[in-house]
Amino acid sequence: MITLNHYLIFSAIMFCIGLYGILRRKNILLLLFSTEIMLNAINIAFIAISYYRGDLQGQIIALFVIALAAAEVAIGLGLVLLLHKKYKTLDLDNLSNMRG
Amino acid sequence: MFEVIAFYTFGALTLCAFLIVVMSNNILYALSALAFGMILVSSFFFLLQADFLGVVQIIVYTGAIVVMYAFGMMFFDTNKEVKEKFHNQFFVWSITGAMALALLIIVGNINESFVVAHEDFSTNALAHLLFKEYFICFEAAAIMLLMAMIAGIGAGAHKPELTESLQKSVKNESSLYNIQEENRGYKYDNIIESSTIQYDSIGQHTQDNVVSVTSNTKDIK
Repeated sequence: MITLNHYLIFSAIMFCIGLYGILRRKNILLLLFSTEIMLNAINIAFIAISYYRGDLQGQIIALFVIALAAAEVAIGLGLVLLLHKKYKTLDLDNLSNMRG
Repeated sequence: MFEVIAFYTFGALTLCAFLIVVMSNNILYALSALAFGMILVSSFFFLLQADFLGVVQIIVYTGAIVVMYAFGMMFFDTNKEVKEKFHNQFFVWSITGAMALALLIIVGNINESFVVAHEDFSTNALAHLLFKEYFICFEAAAIMLLMAMIAGIGAGAHKPELTESLQKSVKNESSLYNIQEENRGYKYDNIIESSTIQYDSIGQHTQDNVVSVTSNTKDIK
């Protein structure tokens, strides 16, 4: 029998994979990918809680999170394109021009 | 029993796909693995009887977001891998490990055993809740998407800048004139090639045409 804890632990592992990606990778696009992974982990947690509590509100929050992810991708990708046009690189280390 | 098998299979596959996304050096592999993982995540939604959200997950994530990434990939040089210098690995691992440990301890100790209430999880009930109690949030989300669309268009669609070589050629007009001359020469070369082919295939009729075109190019040169 799969309980709520199974889903929550799975969601926590997925969230940590996304966190590891954000901290480790130097490519801007990979940072956006990792953000998507973290948002998905949160979605799974919301829907699992909504299912095991018999409450539909978790699904609605998950729906809004999906809309948020879509908006985030649109703006994020536009900004990455502008950065790539200006600096010709996607490497975060080369983009840090406020280095002390 | 079916639920248990499905949960563990899809869970292992999803974690593998997302680990590939995080670990892979080639960004195209990462993108494909991301699409695969998104589809697998929707399987959890179907397992949890959230049918509408599962479909939305497939449509929005794999249909819109991953495709948008793939579209943006055209503007980048994807063959050239970003060479990443990994420093502070200990820092990264310690933060991630601490976060994972804390989350697992907190989440694993939830002892409230919720009985699965036989609530109405249908799309109809979701729509009633969304359009009655969460209508303001729905409108706000619509405005947020509109703002994102405007910002995306504004960020993406600006005037194409002149590249350096073109700017130099614009500055001294003689070189521009030379470029035009070269283009004209190419045009006539094409015509000559095509008309000689006609001459070979058809016969004597197009010979005059060839002679006139070659005389034209001689005049220009």
